[in-house]
Amino acid sequence: MDEILRIEGLSKTFTLSRKQQRLERTHARHKVAVDDLTLTANRGEIFGLLGPNGAGKTTTLRMLATLIKPDKGDAWVDGCSIVSQPEEVRGKIAFLTSELKLEDFFTPNYLYDFFSELHGVAPAVAAQRKQGLFARFGIDKFAEVKVANLSTGMKQKLSIVISLVHNPDIIIFDEPTNGLDVITARTVTDYLQELRGEGKTIILSTHIFSLVERLCDRVGIIIDGHLTSCGSLEEVCDGLTIEDRFFELYKAQKGDEE
Amino acid sequence: MKNHSNTWTIIRKEFARFFGDRQLVFTTVIMPGLLIYLIYSLMGVGMRNMETQGKQDLVIVTVENMPQSMEALLAPADSSMTLLRQPIAQEDIAALEDKDINAVLIRFPEAFDSLVATYSPQSGEKAPNIEIYYNSANNAASRVYYAIDASLTAFENSQSNLFDVNRADSEGQRFDQASDDQVVGDILSKLLPMLIIMMLFSGTMAIAPSAIAGEKERGTFATLLVTPMKRSELAMGKIVSLSSIALLSGISSFVGIALSLPNMIAATDDISIPFNYTTNDYIALLLVILASVLVMASAVSLLSALAKDVKNAGTMITPFMLVVMLAGLLPMFQDGTAQSMAVYLIPFYNAIEVMADVFAHSMRWTPVIITLVSDIAYTGIAVWGLTRMFNSEKIMFSR
Repeated sequence: MDEILRIEGLSKTFTLSRKQQRLERTHARHKVAVDDLTLTANRGEIFGLLGPNGAGKTTTLRMLATLIKPDKGDAWVDGCSIVSQPEEVRGKIAFLTSELKLEDFFTPNYLYDFFSELHGVAPAVAAQRKQGLFARFGIDKFAEVKVANLSTGMKQKLSIVISLVHNPDIIIFDEPTNGLDVITARTVTDYLQELRGEGKTIILSTHIFSLVERLCDRVGIIIDGHLTSCGSLEEVCDGLTIEDRFFELYKAQKGDEE
Repeated sequence: MKNHSNTWTIIRKEFARFFGDRQLVFTTVIMPGLLIYLIYSLMGVGMRNMETQGKQDLVIVTVENMPQSMEALLAPADSSMTLLRQPIAQEDIAALEDKDINAVLIRFPEAFDSLVATYSPQSGEKAPNIEIYYNSANNAASRVYYAIDASLTAFENSQSNLFDVNRADSEGQRFDQASDDQVVGDILSKLLPMLIIMMLFSGTMAIAPSAIAGEKERGTFATLLVTPMKRSELAMGKIVSLSSIALLSGISSFVGIALSLPNMIAATDDISIPFNYTTNDYIALLLVILASVLVMASAVSLLSALAKDVKNAGTMITPFMLVVMLAGLLPMFQDGTAQSMAVYLIPFYNAIEVMADVFAHSMRWTPVIITLVSDIAYTGIAVWGLTRMFNSEKIMFSR
């Protein structure tokens, strides 16, 4: 298998503010979000990070996207280190999360050209690619409509399209169907499969078991910042459903702590 | 391959955002100048109306016990005043409470001239007293009152004239050696630096918090941060674009003042402001304004980046703006140019000092150069600081 992502000993600890301490009902000043995470992903596969809320999935993806720095460890995206080569890494990935928004004031056309320019895509290439992506997601009819006037589903589709302006080899997607209506969610998951068909690697985080079963080639189960299991669906499930296997691991992890 | 830096892409995007929003352009660039022009012009028109209205209205001056010596002094200078010689009743005085009555009542003591002639200040007795009744809320009556009061004071001075001060015995003799340029320059150097700094600051305030804190708040900043662009390019792009827009806003206000100034001045008689500034003065002024706008946009950008949202940014920037405005007031309390060159290293204050020097016709290139170099250095430090902040997850992603 052609490895495109390698994560080695990635760790991240956050200092909690008093407000966060109150919210999390803890007196601890620090919270270990990700602890010594090691895994790999291969070219042309969909890798799912499965875990409950607060397990460390989003923190892991944000470290991969170089938005936050790891305290320990490193990860290499197509050979580039997230610690020492963050700009190169950002040029190789698409990062999608509901946290990232597009400016309401601009039109899809403008935003596509703007982000293409930031990614250094040649204008002719960008124009050709824009035409294809806009048609694929039905954005072409709204190309000159301000983002503020687009529907939520159309905004989400536009976010996907904008993240792909540079035709990246790795797409990192945090909770891809969160907040989407069923039709848009299906469009998104179908497109992720299409991308896999094109040889792209998709790293997604989710807490939805059915999504993992339907999409993922390999899965890593993350609980309280620890990777408790990682491998192909068959290897991880070991004859159980993914849901049953998850709860087995969850109880074992929580039991260990207690 | 890209043929330009991402800084230029960010600048173009900020311009597109700004100039694409007609409302924002109107409120930030057009409205300040337009409002200043309208307000100052209307004030000028109002003052002129008050002046001409007062002159046109007929005022009846009633004099009781008119002395011989006052006949010429109180003779009506023009048709706007009518003189009556008759006793003043208490009801006449009470009637003046109606501010629409254009009247002044003057009561001299009986035999005023002989009382004045025999009065000695050394006697310890009270001096003869002239009573003048009027209503100060009536512009026409006020104008006549002040004219009469001035004439009577001059008359009194002439009665005990022991010596004169600065009496011009020959035509054109001048005692104040200040030139018109110096007099006007002194006034402008005290007023304009603060006004210019305030205008530039309000222009920066109108856009910077939204461009940085607003983007953080709306989640659009993180979208920029996941592109391969260098954080320093983003910082530079933001500061340059915000400075340019703030400068436009400042220019608008400046044009508003420049155009409305003649309307304001026309309200007062016989005042002309000579604008005898050299090309070097204008170049120095432009350079210093540009440099101070860069520092201003840098400082406001740093505070906006620290803020969680636009509201928080406003709270953080307001005290800073007050400090800068106070610095703008300092030229009002000082004479001449700054003694120490170190003054020109203090951000904002250096620009205020140089502007004061320029308006006072005492511009020197050394302070201008020190100001430019130090301001560019401060902007460089700010770009570095902003880059560090854009790299800081605590600042960019804290809630």
